[in-house]
Amino acid sequence: MFVPRPDIRPATVEVFVEGRPVLVPEGASAAAAVLLAGLPAIRETPVKGAPRLPYCMMGICFDCLAEIDGVANRQACMVTVAPGMRIAAQRGARRARPDAAPEIAA
Amino acid sequence: MRDYDLAVTGAGPAGMAAAMEAASLGLSVLVLDEQPAPGGQVFRAVEAAGCDPALAGEFLDAGAALARDFRAALHPGGEVEYSPRSTLWHVDIATGVISVLREGASEEIRVSRLLLATGAQERPVPIPGWTLPGAMGAGAAQILLKTAGAVPQGPLVIAGQGPLTWLLAVQLLRAGAGPVTLLETGGKGALWDAFRAGGLWTGRRLLTKGLALVREAKRRGLKVVRGVRELRAEGEGRVQRVRWAGGEMACDTLLLHEGVIPSTHVSRALGLEHRWDEAQRCWRPVLDEWGATSHGLVAVAGDGGGIGGWEAATATGRIAAIDAARRLGRLPEAEAERRAAPHRARLAAALALRPFLDRLYAPAPEVLVPRDDATIVCRCEEITAGQVREAARLGATGPNQAKAYLRAGMGPCQGRMCGTTVAALIAAERGIPIGEAGALRPRAPFKPLTVGELAALPLETVA
Repeated sequence: MFVPRPDIRPATVEVFVEGRPVLVPEGASAAAAVLLAGLPAIRETPVKGAPRLPYCMMGICFDCLAEIDGVANRQACMVTVAPGMRIAAQRGARRARPDAAPEIAA
Repeated sequence: MRDYDLAVTGAGPAGMAAAMEAASLGLSVLVLDEQPAPGGQVFRAVEAAGCDPALAGEFLDAGAALARDFRAALHPGGEVEYSPRSTLWHVDIATGVISVLREGASEEIRVSRLLLATGAQERPVPIPGWTLPGAMGAGAAQILLKTAGAVPQGPLVIAGQGPLTWLLAVQLLRAGAGPVTLLETGGKGALWDAFRAGGLWTGRRLLTKGLALVREAKRRGLKVVRGVRELRAEGEGRVQRVRWAGGEMACDTLLLHEGVIPSTHVSRALGLEHRWDEAQRCWRPVLDEWGATSHGLVAVAGDGGGIGGWEAATATGRIAAIDAARRLGRLPEAEAERRAAPHRARLAAALALRPFLDRLYAPAPEVLVPRDDATIVCRCEEITAGQVREAARLGATGPNQAKAYLRAGMGPCQGRMCGTTVAALIAAERGIPIGEAGALRPRAPFKPLTVGELAALPLETVA
């Protein structure tokens, strides 16, 4: 788990990680917000359902794929936090139409 | 369609230096960068982190100065057009039309020359358990410190080797992390082998800097275990301990690092010629002394062309920009040579210590070829080393064939994490050099984009 250093980098931006309010420094990424919130996993893999947290923090590994403001498959480490941003863990593969029933393979 | 003499992808040291040089030679320059602010990874968020005492040193001094000079060269006032938060996702290499994604919309831009200044990525460290939450790259933790001032809480292990492990240990200890243990994976004979590479006198400034870091790390209480082999991370649902041959330790965060390798995703996708660099154990594009690639449109500068560090990157950036001006007929041949000379001298000085460092911190064979068959190699598709070996036995001749066997390299990261390991595993299994197994050939889009982002291309450019 990561902790902020508010004396050095004041946490001024409020975002919601899995619905819970978290204050993070301006310029931090959504992935940083997830780590500062202490979430056990930012996603569960589509293949085996294994928990993952961000690994590279620089747009390489895609292990931080999350649902941000309702859009799935966002690279959370490449998205800068904005006030009120909603960040949710992504479980399995993104559904093509989130509001529709899961598709049944033919 | 917008039109530029030179487009530079990446606003790290190489990209910033290239842009400033090109603008001073009268070229119209566009700098594209995925990050919101200049600096690249080495000077990431340097403008925002400017007051953090944990980052004092080269980062705050040289990094801030470079970013300041770059800002001064920007339009309006200067001549450089800077486009942050922008992703290059396609290059039509025949026409010089590049496709860029920015703020949810795509744009096509025509360029006369394209300079890839994509920098480096950390070498993937495929040990058992490296996919567990709590295990991450050492560079990732440094980015968290630079961008958010954040530090890991609880027992922290940095495992691997290279200058960054010491720098990061010092920065995290200054920032109040701890206790911190460094598990050094270097081989016993590496130091003597490294001495034979020479360059110590010319590279003495870098060497002195490194030794000062080691001293500060020890003064601040860093515990060091040397000669670590057979490293593995273990835990239920997250990292709880790390084990190695002859030892184990509880930890909450495990930071892995075995050096950095060039980010060649785009240069490989463009089909440019690459070769396997045995000294640095990585792929690098084949470049001439100006940074020109095997295709007339494209050049590479900085660590994306081979690992040399930020000072070498600024030199190669300037040299590539001078070459761009020469090729576009804005600079006579002799003048280009004259102008490049001081940067070549700086480059030679910056690279003097590199052979020493390459030998001292050469990754162990098991970093490239994981021994344990159960170790995950492709994190996206969860493909193991054993599966890759089996594919090699069944006839897969390289990473491009392994995709069809296993889907390794076909997940969202497009092989950025597994490409080199898959090639090394297949080469070892077939008894051939890695160069012969070949480099993974990615395809555009270089980063996934949504149908909506594609559809947002302006109509006239689609027609």
